[in-house]
Amino acid sequence: MGALIFPESHLHGDDDLSRFVRREQSQSSFGIAVRGAHCANCIAKIESGVRGISGVANARLNLSTGKLEVTWKGDAVSAAQVIARVRALGYDAQPFDAAQSQDADAGEQTFLLRCLAVAGFGTVFVMGLTDAVWYGGAEMSAATRNLFFWLAGAVSLPVTLFASQPFFRSAFQSLAKRQTNMDVPISLAIALSLGLSLYQTMVHGTQIYFDAAVMLAFLLLIGRYLDFLLRDRARGAARQLLAMQAEPARRFKPNGNLETVAAREIVPGDRVFLTSGERVPADGTLEDKDCLIDVSLVTGETEPVAISHGGALHAGTIILGKPVTLAVAARVEDSLVADLARLLEAGQQTRSLYVRLADRAARAYVPFVTALAALVFASWLWTGATFVTALTGAITVLVITCPCALGLAVPAVQIVATGRLFRRGIFVKSGDALERLAEIDTAVFDKTGTLTWGTPQLVNSDQIPRDILDAAASLARASRHPLARALAAFAGEGPVAQGVRETAGAGLEADMHGMTLKLGSARWCGLDVRGSTSELWFRPGHEAPVRLEFRDRMRPDTAAMLAALRERGIDVEMLTGDREAPAAEIAAEADITQWQAAADPKTKAARMQTLRAQGRRALMVGDGLNDAAALALAHVSIAPGSAVDVSQLAADMVLRGDSLMPIVEAVDVARKARSLVLENFGMAAIYNLIAIPVAALGFVSPLIAAASMAASSLVVTLNALRLARGGQR
Amino acid sequence: MNGMALIIGAAFVFGLGALCVLLWTLGSGQYDDLQGDAERILIDDEEDRPDAAG
Repeated sequence: MGALIFPESHLHGDDDLSRFVRREQSQSSFGIAVRGAHCANCIAKIESGVRGISGVANARLNLSTGKLEVTWKGDAVSAAQVIARVRALGYDAQPFDAAQSQDADAGEQTFLLRCLAVAGFGTVFVMGLTDAVWYGGAEMSAATRNLFFWLAGAVSLPVTLFASQPFFRSAFQSLAKRQTNMDVPISLAIALSLGLSLYQTMVHGTQIYFDAAVMLAFLLLIGRYLDFLLRDRARGAARQLLAMQAEPARRFKPNGNLETVAAREIVPGDRVFLTSGERVPADGTLEDKDCLIDVSLVTGETEPVAISHGGALHAGTIILGKPVTLAVAARVEDSLVADLARLLEAGQQTRSLYVRLADRAARAYVPFVTALAALVFASWLWTGATFVTALTGAITVLVITCPCALGLAVPAVQIVATGRLFRRGIFVKSGDALERLAEIDTAVFDKTGTLTWGTPQLVNSDQIPRDILDAAASLARASRHPLARALAAFAGEGPVAQGVRETAGAGLEADMHGMTLKLGSARWCGLDVRGSTSELWFRPGHEAPVRLEFRDRMRPDTAAMLAALRERGIDVEMLTGDREAPAAEIAAEADITQWQAAADPKTKAARMQTLRAQGRRALMVGDGLNDAAALALAHVSIAPGSAVDVSQLAADMVLRGDSLMPIVEAVDVARKARSLVLENFGMAAIYNLIAIPVAALGFVSPLIAAASMAASSLVVTLNALRLARGGQR
Repeated sequence: MNGMALIIGAAFVFGLGALCVLLWTLGSGQYDDLQGDAERILIDDEEDRPDAAG
């Protein structure tokens, strides 16, 4: 990850973190977001490490959320001390902003589980009573039957009313806005069936729907809970971004000393010290003579850019080579990154207008069913039936048509689909992302870091003897320069040369076997040529220097992935911030005819809006800060796992691993999930076509109502599970 | 009739008991970190080992 690990000394005595500490009487507690902990070893290491700080009362790491909770008495420990310890153990740690929203989410999850547990208990108990009557009622006396109904009522009334709160609340909120959603007929069916059953029990009738009401609540709560789990994942990503805003920066104090502050506290006029690999926190100008920066995250340009004294440094670019001082010219909020954040927000608003399949179905369904119930009621009255018989008929229609298929089938399909994709290395953040992915007809790709690796790769290795490469790599392993890292990565594991000296902006040298090995720029190796920034020279002793050429390369499965998408009828486009020449080269290699180079973030976002205006449904795949706005504006978006945090946040799905082929699988699964959902709707429609006339004519017994409800739920769930089976083949 | 009352009563009490236990586990946060709990069984608590004292 891009976050930096600071030595302990930078954080000691830094009282700035005290606002993250919660105090209750003499007890202080402090939450830390820990990244990189995955196993029992990590838990043990972190917990025992933090407990080892004298004064710490307890430390407990929640592996699922990555939150470490530390408590101590009074002021025995400082928050910075705890963070420094976790970082010293090799994990990335950020103070956890007292995120109340997260606690609210956790509360909602527990509440749904509570409702589900209560409804489950009620279903089993009430069915035991009523089923005894449905199957053995003939052998019972009328008094026993009535006692059973009273008992069923006594349990199911409080249980159902408690467990149905999520539906009642949602229905009420929707009606208050003069809209209807799925929860309106659900609430109506539950409330009316309870009322009718109570009345029938009092008059010794047989239309008792206590079991149906509580079972309905139970089945729909399962769907609601699955849906919540899916949405919760998306919120987890947002929490991580908030934690990231606490990224530290080092600022010069007036006396020339350095102090560590949160990046968002930087103001114009500040001078910030940046070393190689650090991200520029705010727009500003360079105070040093010159420096090299990596702008690939901001513009998509792959070659490092040279900046001279007074030149502009944009937020989000990364410093290469020697340490520099930045004179801050804009507030963090006014910097380029903040611009992107605003575009991102605009995109997310557009996306929230998307109406989910289930809601679209509900919009058509609710008026239809309510009108039908009214019609049945009127028809019974018209044929001369009593008021009670007519009302019973209408309520039976409402109960039996209750939208189980919508409430349970859609989340069931989506959770099976996201589970299958998760095993294939795709993290889907929301259920409706799958619905949107199933609709795409265009796929727009970023170049750098998406179609290509995004990092330089050694391209002329076949012209260089292996022993020369190994010698060069032994020097390269000692440096953090991107080209040196690329060389080290190419050579694989191996020894590091002893006593490597690095001259920032020039190169490396080391003495070995009585001669001096040099690795670096052309001039560093004694050549009087103007070198390019995408090459390294290696000179062993006084032999002739060897040129090592680096270029960003296409990922190995890019071509196969693009071909598979075209096969599925999806048009492919490339949109890059890189210059014309490298863009043309990759476009030719990937066989992309529709492409645009030198596109800045706004151009990319505008392209997404154009596609939308043309009525096209576009998938955006990108990794950089410059893609974030386009990712948010696209119909649906995917970010590779190497993407910057902002882009991972903006995207609907995130790939794990280096392969691009999961994108194709995601499209397939999304389309399959969509057809399964439609199939489930179809089955529900057929079921209703049969059930409604029967119910309207008054032939439905409560047993049939309860059994058909359970059966239809079972069928749609089993249908959803077919998707999981496909994944194992 | 007496037998039936007993059975129904017992079913209700047992069911309610199980429900209360489940709600208690929910309330006390036992499902908050399923991933972590699965991993924690692998951590050796040194105090538990018989030879830890010696």
